[in-house]
Amino acid sequence: MRALARAITLIERRDPSIRDLEDAVRDHTDAQVPDVTGFTSAPGTGKSTLVDAVVTLLRKRSQSVAVLATDPNSPFTGGAILGDRIRMQRHALDPKVFIRSMGARGHLGGLSLASREAIRLLGAFGFDQVILETVGVGQSELEVAAVADTTVVVLTPNLGDSVQMIKAGILEIADVFVVNKADIDGHGRVVAELRTMLNMAPKTSWKPPIIPTVATRQEGVQQLWEAILAHRSHLEKTGKAKELSERRLRDETAEVAAELARERTRRALREDPTLTERLLKDGTPYRTAEEILRTRTDN
Amino acid sequence: MPTAVRPVRIVVAKVGLDGHDRGVKVVARALRDAGYEVIYTGLRQTPEMVVDAALQEDAQVIGLSIHSGAHMTLFPAVVEELKRRKATDIIVFGGGIIPDDDITALKKRGVEKIFTPGTPLQEIVDWLRNRFPESTTK
Repeated sequence: MRALARAITLIERRDPSIRDLEDAVRDHTDAQVPDVTGFTSAPGTGKSTLVDAVVTLLRKRSQSVAVLATDPNSPFTGGAILGDRIRMQRHALDPKVFIRSMGARGHLGGLSLASREAIRLLGAFGFDQVILETVGVGQSELEVAAVADTTVVVLTPNLGDSVQMIKAGILEIADVFVVNKADIDGHGRVVAELRTMLNMAPKTSWKPPIIPTVATRQEGVQQLWEAILAHRSHLEKTGKAKELSERRLRDETAEVAAELARERTRRALREDPTLTERLLKDGTPYRTAEEILRTRTDN
Repeated sequence: MPTAVRPVRIVVAKVGLDGHDRGVKVVARALRDAGYEVIYTGLRQTPEMVVDAALQEDAQVIGLSIHSGAHMTLFPAVVEELKRRKATDIIVFGGGIIPDDDITALKKRGVEKIFTPGTPLQEIVDWLRNRFPESTTK
């Protein structure tokens, strides 16, 4: 378990040994590709509690589960408080449940890159299901949607910003909607509003279902999981699953290439004063970047 | 690849039957503001749970808070559990209402540092900065 935890650290800090990890995963014959479900919402909707309830359900079905929970880092100090484990205490000491908190670290695209690599690794360690959890505060929910097979958006009644989230484009990333805290007043209205908005959306082959839940009482969790499974089989049947995984690998490769190029450029500017001097004198970042990428190699 | 310095990760926990979490939250917040990644695991943790969380999170530090008086049992139990799991590289510090005599005894049993009520938050941060000079936060 410590090996897995250490390897995720390497992935998080973008250590070059990720390359060797990748080879090890490829050569590991038992490696499987886990199913990936993303959960996202505004803060305070009960997302971690819901994830905890889903983990409980999956454990009853003898599936092993890894949870990658992301919380934002401060853009000013880099620090973070990662508190998602609090809601998942009942799975402590269950060896088939692995929970890892990841700070988003403010890397552009870094979250999706790190989580994709972590997911492959978790597959090699035999995990059946991976759950990505993130607070939707701008960018990270889009990154989750780019990585997850199924994206679950969690809303609650009496949360003014539930509608705000929809306005901000959350509607497009959701494969399944959850209205959590369905035991408090106003949940019917949220469901109705949501349904209206979904009906206005362009017709697609998959219509996101709306599942009411009370995560603290495990209510609706089974229906939620059935909806997630239904979405999975829709992806499989329509051939979208294959299409998505291929597109992801291509995108991921491009992202890694960008990461490597960025680092190579930074190093060139650091190590070559003549180059930097010319850049500062001429003010030509595009030309300089092109030159670096054309003429420099790593090592 | 970016060779970002790894941020120090600290698992912060309340062990045993003790629901007083104001202090631990204040400390967690201060550590966050100092640039550390703080994983808060919540109340009523057993030593096994705390160590398990620290291993999964690949934390370098465990910070324990206690106000129930059971520190002489629970703090060393965390250190022992780390030994059992072969993870003695993870360092343990604690805070709470702890008498001076107990502090000496706890240090002997592997708890690196104890902070008592009234400690300025900066003192805790300075101690960590000293302890992990290579992982400077920005």
